[in-house]
Amino acid sequence: MANVFTNFFKNLTGQPQTDLDSLIKSTENVTLVCKGCNNESSKHQLLKNNMICPQCGKYFRMGGKERIKSLCDKKSCTEMFDTFESVDFLEFPNYAEKLEKAKKSTNEKDAVVCGTAKINGQEFAFFVMDSRFMMASMGSVLGEKITSIFEYATENSLPVIGFTASGGARMQEGIVSLMQMAKVSGAVKRHSNAGNLYITVLTDPTTGGCTASFAMQGDIILAEPKALIGFAGRRVVEQTTKSKLPDNFQSAEFLLEHGFVDAIVPREKLRETLSNLLGIHSKKGGND
Amino acid sequence: MTPYEKLKTARASTRPTGSAYVNEIFKDIIELHGDRRYGDDAAIYSGIGYLDDGIPATFIAIDKGTDLQSRLAKNFGCPKPEGYRKALRLMKQAEKFHRPVICFVDTLGAFCGAEAEERGQGQAIAENILEMMGLNTPVITFVIGEGGSGGALALATADRVYMLENAVYSVISPEGCASILWKDSGKVADAAACLKITASDMREFKVIEGIITEDFDNFDKMCNSIRHQIKKDLKILMDLSKDELLDNRYNRFRRIGFFEEIDE
Repeated sequence: MANVFTNFFKNLTGQPQTDLDSLIKSTENVTLVCKGCNNESSKHQLLKNNMICPQCGKYFRMGGKERIKSLCDKKSCTEMFDTFESVDFLEFPNYAEKLEKAKKSTNEKDAVVCGTAKINGQEFAFFVMDSRFMMASMGSVLGEKITSIFEYATENSLPVIGFTASGGARMQEGIVSLMQMAKVSGAVKRHSNAGNLYITVLTDPTTGGCTASFAMQGDIILAEPKALIGFAGRRVVEQTTKSKLPDNFQSAEFLLEHGFVDAIVPREKLRETLSNLLGIHSKKGGND
Repeated sequence: MTPYEKLKTARASTRPTGSAYVNEIFKDIIELHGDRRYGDDAAIYSGIGYLDDGIPATFIAIDKGTDLQSRLAKNFGCPKPEGYRKALRLMKQAEKFHRPVICFVDTLGAFCGAEAEERGQGQAIAENILEMMGLNTPVITFVIGEGGSGGALALATADRVYMLENAVYSVISPEGCASILWKDSGKVADAAACLKITASDMREFKVIEGIITEDFDNFDKMCNSIRHQIKKDLKILMDLSKDELLDNRYNRFRRIGFFEEIDE
């Protein structure tokens, strides 16, 4: 019923009813410089344009809340598991300072936002990694939060949509950060075994241990245009092979060509695409 | 020994490689090649054999090679995607015939090359970790030298993990860590200390179940004690139901992590 209603409402106004307006209201209107063309745009203008540069079309990286609020139905987003904070248990040089700095600059506790939301009335659980927070490196908090959201989704038979972006494991947490890859993978496996849908949207940059675990474990793997996606860093590969790599190496397009993503979806089509995917996998219709 | 000295010891070219352990511990070995997808990766020595009278098992070992020619052929023990896919094929086969999987890990990390990226190095490792989390047969892993990051975890998402006393296990090579954090690959010793990579560190973090004493002068004896440990664990693991086995494996990793929970 809700589905029909929101679809009807959407058609009536011609605009998806997302939380974009409230997001714009709550966001400071600063000026951002595009790394592609050096042109300036206001943050509000960019938000209205899916954080795509109106001059050259380059995608700005998006924060976690920005991303989910610009996609989901109005007032449908509930954040969960937001009480965890990282600790410097190895007393690793400068880790505590880096954490403080990242917390201040992002106003987040760590590099991932989790919760539930709806697209056209269809509920799902989500995690969105935030590359502004220490390059969304994956430590204990990130592992615990993503594991928890998968466990919640399994209990409640919800699909999971995950937006990945990461520089890889958080080396300041040593081996414990590596173990988060297995921990999350265990929760993905249980969610999958229970017949639930998992969609990953690979955003710029998805690398290292993130690629080597839950980013590549989706039933459906989508990617944003031109996103950097890979396992080893480009510089490391160039050093190892002592050769120059092509410009498109490890781009979303490169992965599509080699068979590792299902589709590249531009931002303006993402809500519609995700809505269709959720609909096709809906447990309410058909044989249920 | 300092962590850096352990790192150098773990990497020493005189150390026995993965195949030496397999050939000492297993009998009537039949090596099985290829991933049935693309090729055969010599960095992974795998197959079936008997652990002891009447106990068949699958073995998967990363092998660094013993001379220049074999090291080149084996990429110095850095597996390619086809290596990880071969490993997964043999794990699935072991599951079908309900025989245990015994892994030996010794790698700086998964191979970093253009062709490895083209063939989905990240995807191959991701699939191994995911599938090992659901594999309905016991998996026991020994880190015998270097346990390098995701390339090691792809064979170590196991029910029991042991390390040799001078082996190391790390999320990133100390060289890589020093170069990223301090832009100075010379600070390897510092990075090795900060990262906490030794076997005793791993036991403290509950990442491993035990430490195997090294005695390479009496390699047969040492391997005998490894075989003894495997048999002891299998006695418990082989009797578990599917749910018990997989729940225990899940919880083994589920509890790893350090964080604070703040009341708002």
